[in-house]
Amino acid sequence: MARLARFKPKLSPITRRRMTVFRANGRARFALWLFSLLFVLSLGAELIANDKPLLIKYQDQWYAPLLVDYPETEFGGFLPTSTDYRDSFVIDEIQAQGWMLWPPIPFAYDTLDHGLRQPAPSPPSARHWLGTDDQGRDVMARVIYGFRLSVVFALVLTIGSMVLGVLVGGIQGYFGGKTDLIGQRLTEIWSGLPVLFLLIILASLVEPNLWWLLGIMLLFSWLGLVDIVRAEFLRARNLEYVRAARALGLPPYLIMWRHVLPNAMVATLTFIPFLFTGAITTLTALDFLGFGLPPGSPSLGELVAQGKNNLQAPWLGITAFITLSVMLSLLVFIGEGLRDAFDPRHIIAALTAKPERVSTTKESVNER
Amino acid sequence: MSAEVVFSLKDFTVAFDGVPVVEDLSLQIRRGETLALVGESGSGKSVSALGAVNLLPKSAEVRGERYLEERDLTRLNERDWRTVRGNQVGFIFQEPMTSLNPLHTIVKQIGETLRLHQGLNGRAARERVRELLVQVKLSRPDELLDAWPHQLSGGQRQRVMIAMAIANNPRLLIADEPTTALDVTVQQEILALLDDLRQRHGMAMLLITHDLNLVRRHADRVCVLYRGRVQETGPVSDVFSRPGSDYTRLLLSAEPEGKPKAIGNHTRLLEARRLQVAFSRPKRLFSRRSAPFIAVQPLDLYLRKGETLGIVGESGSGKTTLAMALLRLTPASGEIDFAGKRLDLMSSNDLRRQRRQMQVVFQDPYGSLSPRLPVEDIISEGLRFHHPELDRGEIQRRVMASLREVGLEEDCAARYPHEFSGGQRQRIAVARAIILEPELLVLDEPTSALDRTVQKQLVALLRDLQARRGMSYLFISHDLAVVRAMAHRVMVLKEGHVVEQGESEQVLGAPRNEYTQALVEAAGLGSSSD
Repeated sequence: MARLARFKPKLSPITRRRMTVFRANGRARFALWLFSLLFVLSLGAELIANDKPLLIKYQDQWYAPLLVDYPETEFGGFLPTSTDYRDSFVIDEIQAQGWMLWPPIPFAYDTLDHGLRQPAPSPPSARHWLGTDDQGRDVMARVIYGFRLSVVFALVLTIGSMVLGVLVGGIQGYFGGKTDLIGQRLTEIWSGLPVLFLLIILASLVEPNLWWLLGIMLLFSWLGLVDIVRAEFLRARNLEYVRAARALGLPPYLIMWRHVLPNAMVATLTFIPFLFTGAITTLTALDFLGFGLPPGSPSLGELVAQGKNNLQAPWLGITAFITLSVMLSLLVFIGEGLRDAFDPRHIIAALTAKPERVSTTKESVNER
Repeated sequence: MSAEVVFSLKDFTVAFDGVPVVEDLSLQIRRGETLALVGESGSGKSVSALGAVNLLPKSAEVRGERYLEERDLTRLNERDWRTVRGNQVGFIFQEPMTSLNPLHTIVKQIGETLRLHQGLNGRAARERVRELLVQVKLSRPDELLDAWPHQLSGGQRQRVMIAMAIANNPRLLIADEPTTALDVTVQQEILALLDDLRQRHGMAMLLITHDLNLVRRHADRVCVLYRGRVQETGPVSDVFSRPGSDYTRLLLSAEPEGKPKAIGNHTRLLEARRLQVAFSRPKRLFSRRSAPFIAVQPLDLYLRKGETLGIVGESGSGKTTLAMALLRLTPASGEIDFAGKRLDLMSSNDLRRQRRQMQVVFQDPYGSLSPRLPVEDIISEGLRFHHPELDRGEIQRRVMASLREVGLEEDCAARYPHEFSGGQRQRIAVARAIILEPELLVLDEPTSALDRTVQKQLVALLRDLQARRGMSYLFISHDLAVVRAMAHRVMVLKEGHVVEQGESEQVLGAPRNEYTQALVEAAGLGSSSD
């Protein structure tokens, strides 16, 4: 306790208790670590899997192909177009007068490997650690890029739906009465729309890209949060310290921000991991059906579809399955840990060991 | 006094995780006798009673000798216990609202103990339940047999609880704060009923309470607990007239005393004319809206500068609603004049600025402070909004000043509300209110959640603040002793009507209205005044 107090002097005791609970949950902590590690690694996907060298020394000059697009003439070629560093002519030329440093996987997600000895899809080998797909692209590279795309997509979608959901739910709950009644009916009608069909129809109307998909899904994904946030705000607006804040003469936006929102955030934060997994699953499903990201994008859904179409190449399906299940399981574990941490009734052994800890538990029960 | 001993404890100790909560408690209760266990909250009263009949969680270590008549309670196994509890020992709990199962009718609730312990079923059980309801003096027993708990008032529920407790003619009745949640007039009825039943059935009664008035009137002997240790045991008359320990003396002198300082200034700060609060009832589909519920009937009131107006009444009488209406925190009709301005005509923006002048301290010290903010932020919140021109240093200086003014240390500023006791929290709430230098402070039952000794300190603090700053108080309370110590004038409310009002001395000293008389009588003001 003393160590914690010194360690985190600024955190409120409730937050500190929650962190203790979360840390005590080994599975959730491990999942959080692993997921963060994978995500950080995937953020640097260009440095891990790319069809351009990281660094070139050619004729005593330094080149960074990742940052600058050099024409082929730079390296003794004849064409003024961008250099294809996988071209054997270019490789020979550079190797002769310098050297180049390749990333561990010398293929990007959209690199077609023309040097395959077998027809694509080719099985895992030293050259392609997880084999290639039916167009001769490296599966490992596609998984790394696909993981990043899925997570970033889910992250943006989750943040977007949180903002929308908390805003709408908060306004309904705090003001109540007619605002609440009308708002609830409107959200009910809106949530009655068949989302998947709408997505498919919209995807056929416009050229789907990442932002279109994000926008369309954002239109619906906030609905799940509204009910929870609204209920929390409805409850909290009658709490005595909220009444006290009104009596102090604070305007509604300040009261909502400072006194009511922290209450509602508990419910919202618990919901996040499930929004997150939902977003990933939906994106994968759309890609699988072919209504998702534009063709050629590194998407896990497309990998699943390829696995289904090429049953003779089990590495495709198995890779997709393992990637998705590991990613989703990690998220679910993190979500469980979060939920327990925010649940005041959840008591762990470490907290009950000393009586003063018990009293903090009681406090948070009161506070709920 | 030579009646047989029904229940005794010797060197009784309860500890949680090695920390003793009750130490070396020894007591004896004889047949037909009431022993009162008195102490402040947290003194171990309830824990002792629950521990004595093995109702504490497993983590509690209970040691010491326990006897119910000849039976050694320490040797009972779980099966034996079940024949003791509810059969030889009856229990009445504090909270009548939650101690009945909402899904069972009254006859089923009471009948259950009869079936378990006496094997009564069907018609016989029903007959016995009816008999019990008559014994606990519930009117209309035939109708109540099939009533659901939510159809009964708090007092009626407590009577049902008593009927359950005495259903099997227990030897010992343990009443754990049986009347704390009830209005004062109902309290008296319930305790009179308990006295009556005790004498008729020759039960021994263990009355757990914090209210010395009840002890004085209803107990034969008293045992004073402080932090789990017995301070004093003896006959009520002896202990009250010649207290043997410092703590008992402190408890006995904890009755709020003194009078508010007379006021010199007679300008009126607040005046309300024909103020009425009505809540519309929900409208059913295809039916006309039923008449609104009038929480506060049209009334006039005024409050002078530096004056305290006490608003008195039982729960549901509209005290709090009236105060909220005066502050315009609840919609109301009628005129409200505050310092020469019409509050009822103000726009919400003007009103928000005006709120600086009129502050509230709420009843529940645990609920009224946001658990997520440190004390400094809680106190300075209003200041930061109403005076955005102040810099950090000045805000901090004022926070410290108001902390000192309410008698708290300056190092409290960085701590969080849960680290404070109820009385300290209430001081923080007062500091939050006075930092804005209001002219009117509404105190909504500020003392009712606190122990008597703490109440007394808070009352002294409030009077002191009033004398120094010349604030006007609107003091809402059901506790007449506190009101007498605080208020210049008193207004008695009953079901939204003003029953009586006038100078505090006159209303509380020589009440004219019947209802006020009942209140004064129940509060025992007469017996303790000098």
